[in-house]
Amino acid sequence: MKQLMLGNKAFARGLYEAGCSVASSYPGTPSTEVTEEAAKYDEIYCEWAPNEKVAMEVAFGACLAGKRSFCGMKHVGLNVAADPLYTCSYTGVNAGLVICVADDPGMHSSQNEQDSRHHAIAAKVPMLEPADSAEAYEYVKKAYELSEAFDTPVIIKMCTRVAHSQSIVEPGERVEPERKPYEKNIGKYVMMPGNAIRRHPVVEQRMEKLTEYAESCDFNRVEMGDTKLGIITSSTSYQYAKEVFGENASILKLGMVNPLPVKKILDFAAKVEKLVVIEELDPIIENHCRQLGLSVSGKDVLPITGEFSQSLLAQKLGVDPKEYKSLGEPLPARPPVMCAGCPHRGLFYTLARNKVTVLGDIGCYTLGAVAPLSAMDMTLCMGASVSAIHGFNKAVGQESEGKTVAVIGDSTFMHSGMTGLANIAYNQSNSTVIILDNSITGMTGHQQNPTTGYNIKGDPAGKINLEELCRAMGFARVVVVDPYDLEECDRVLKEELAAPEPSVIISRRPCVLLKYVKHNAPLKVDTDKCVGCKSCMRLGCPAISMKDKKATIDTTLCVGCGVCEQLCKFDAL
Amino acid sequence: MTKNVMIVGVGGQGSLLASKLLGYLLLTEGYDVKVSEVHGMSQRGGSVVTYVRFGEKVYSPIIDKGEADFIVSFEKLEAARYVEYLKTDGRIVVNTQEVDPMPVITGAAQYPENLIEKMEALGVAVDAMDCLSLAEEAGSAKAVNLVLMGRLSRYFDIPEEKWQNAIEKCVPAKFIDLNRKAFALGRDSR
Repeated sequence: MKQLMLGNKAFARGLYEAGCSVASSYPGTPSTEVTEEAAKYDEIYCEWAPNEKVAMEVAFGACLAGKRSFCGMKHVGLNVAADPLYTCSYTGVNAGLVICVADDPGMHSSQNEQDSRHHAIAAKVPMLEPADSAEAYEYVKKAYELSEAFDTPVIIKMCTRVAHSQSIVEPGERVEPERKPYEKNIGKYVMMPGNAIRRHPVVEQRMEKLTEYAESCDFNRVEMGDTKLGIITSSTSYQYAKEVFGENASILKLGMVNPLPVKKILDFAAKVEKLVVIEELDPIIENHCRQLGLSVSGKDVLPITGEFSQSLLAQKLGVDPKEYKSLGEPLPARPPVMCAGCPHRGLFYTLARNKVTVLGDIGCYTLGAVAPLSAMDMTLCMGASVSAIHGFNKAVGQESEGKTVAVIGDSTFMHSGMTGLANIAYNQSNSTVIILDNSITGMTGHQQNPTTGYNIKGDPAGKINLEELCRAMGFARVVVVDPYDLEECDRVLKEELAAPEPSVIISRRPCVLLKYVKHNAPLKVDTDKCVGCKSCMRLGCPAISMKDKKATIDTTLCVGCGVCEQLCKFDAL
Repeated sequence: MTKNVMIVGVGGQGSLLASKLLGYLLLTEGYDVKVSEVHGMSQRGGSVVTYVRFGEKVYSPIIDKGEADFIVSFEKLEAARYVEYLKTDGRIVVNTQEVDPMPVITGAAQYPENLIEKMEALGVAVDAMDCLSLAEEAGSAKAVNLVLMGRLSRYFDIPEEKWQNAIEKCVPAKFIDLNRKAFALGRDSR
């Protein structure tokens, strides 16, 4: 039966039907729901790994043992997993291995907008790129066949608009592929120089065969229309192109973006008068066409940054845009904010008040950088806070040691903060690291992690104790604070910054959006006592605003955390 | 001919249920449908937008400026923010509730005045109502989404029982009565 399915859910359905048995991933917008949805099928063993490198190695191990396997991640996650990726291109697979990478052009929820196709090219593995949910579903099933036929991992590249759009899918039945027997093969699977030297030519030959395959495979299709304009495109850009040009252009839609076909492109180019490549981010298809000696338009008219849309294509390619009416006045922006009752707020207020330099990390708490708290100086990538504070303090010593902290969430710490902490313990800098333990992976929508004690299905699992872990690394000073207690936060922060040795502060309180967290009655403002001093406003809580020069609390948002109460000198809260 | 509905509001207001309901209904009516959502960081109390497109064949999953037949807004300022996305003969269905964004909370900006009048002055149809009160009347402030869907249903050529059937399919059993009541209040008031 036809269903409206999120691209990521359709991807998961494809995994199920293709007989995938093992899935290991790390959450990251916009890829997370693939693995969450796959976990709903009992036939697929699913897990959240501590990071993408681990996830890919788990999936590789599973395919080596003879079962079809999967790992999923966002674009920056593939950087973390690049190490196993580049070499399992050499080893090849036993049963099929499919990797999902979800790019985020326009950076709806990311720190950069890198183009993952570069990884497929550099690792010399095939990459498929679906344009809607039905294709995502189909491509996954075909990707396993491709993986096994060509003895290679296969990457399927999603993007925000394919991953997070629902379109129609007609699901089928699961096939249960027979387990491939595991056979010891040192030359193929032990990648030491003597063996890898023999595997590299195999990879190059595979790419040649895949290029031949790309010429005739049904991932790449031509839709002839008017021949005055020929468009080469892929993914969601195909949808925008169809929307704008319909039958008024001919289209070569590429579903396989690595390797790119040669003859197919040359044949298509010969049939049209003018050739345009429509691709988001980097000019990869365009450069390929230029290498083939074709005269093409692309990034000379279309932007290299951000997302495309139908009106952007229309505007840049000379089609009349739609009429619209404008209010003609600037409206206040509505940026994302930390939720009312967010446990991170009290801690960031403390950091702002103490005017410390804050080396931040990736998660909801990156919003600590937003006014009025503005309590963050740097955010780079997963785990960088802990490594960078060590470098910061080594560079300037005592000048920074007593007034610089690293802040990192529990899940991010497990992902790649631990190794940075090991460096502090080993190479000895007097650094203060704050782990914001809200007992969940928050930003991506509440995924479990190794510190929560639950697995992806919500069943009890192993639980890593953060205090014991830090102590085992050699940290004598490990202190736990409640971020709702501002006085305690302030005291502990000052003590640990002043201490002559490295320390870890664990700011612990579960995310206020977790279902098991009980909310208190909303606070009320005593308008007789409120003098309008705005002390409570310094928290940047979305539940507090000023009306008629007095503080007022939005009772639909307030969860009664009581942090603002501690700031009111007039007992008005 | 593809029809376009934009659902806009503040992260956490319940637009995902509204788009789920609409998507299900339009699919059962035999249309090709695409629904585009926002997840991740922008969900945290920020401005959020969901696109619902339907017709014989839908290509792009998003709606661009000048393309929306309807804007359904959970909040007044958000309706104004996306007014450029409306067709010149489009219609806005808006909850008159005001939710202050952070720049207003911190005093860096003022919540704009007379937004409904300003939108009407552009010549677009504005159907503004206090959906929060109606939702509370139905039994929960969280039912604003169904009040809005009820209102939107007045402008669709789809019989009411089909909407009711979609509610039954999309809402957990224990909330069906509440949501039906909210839908009816939105559809029938004034």
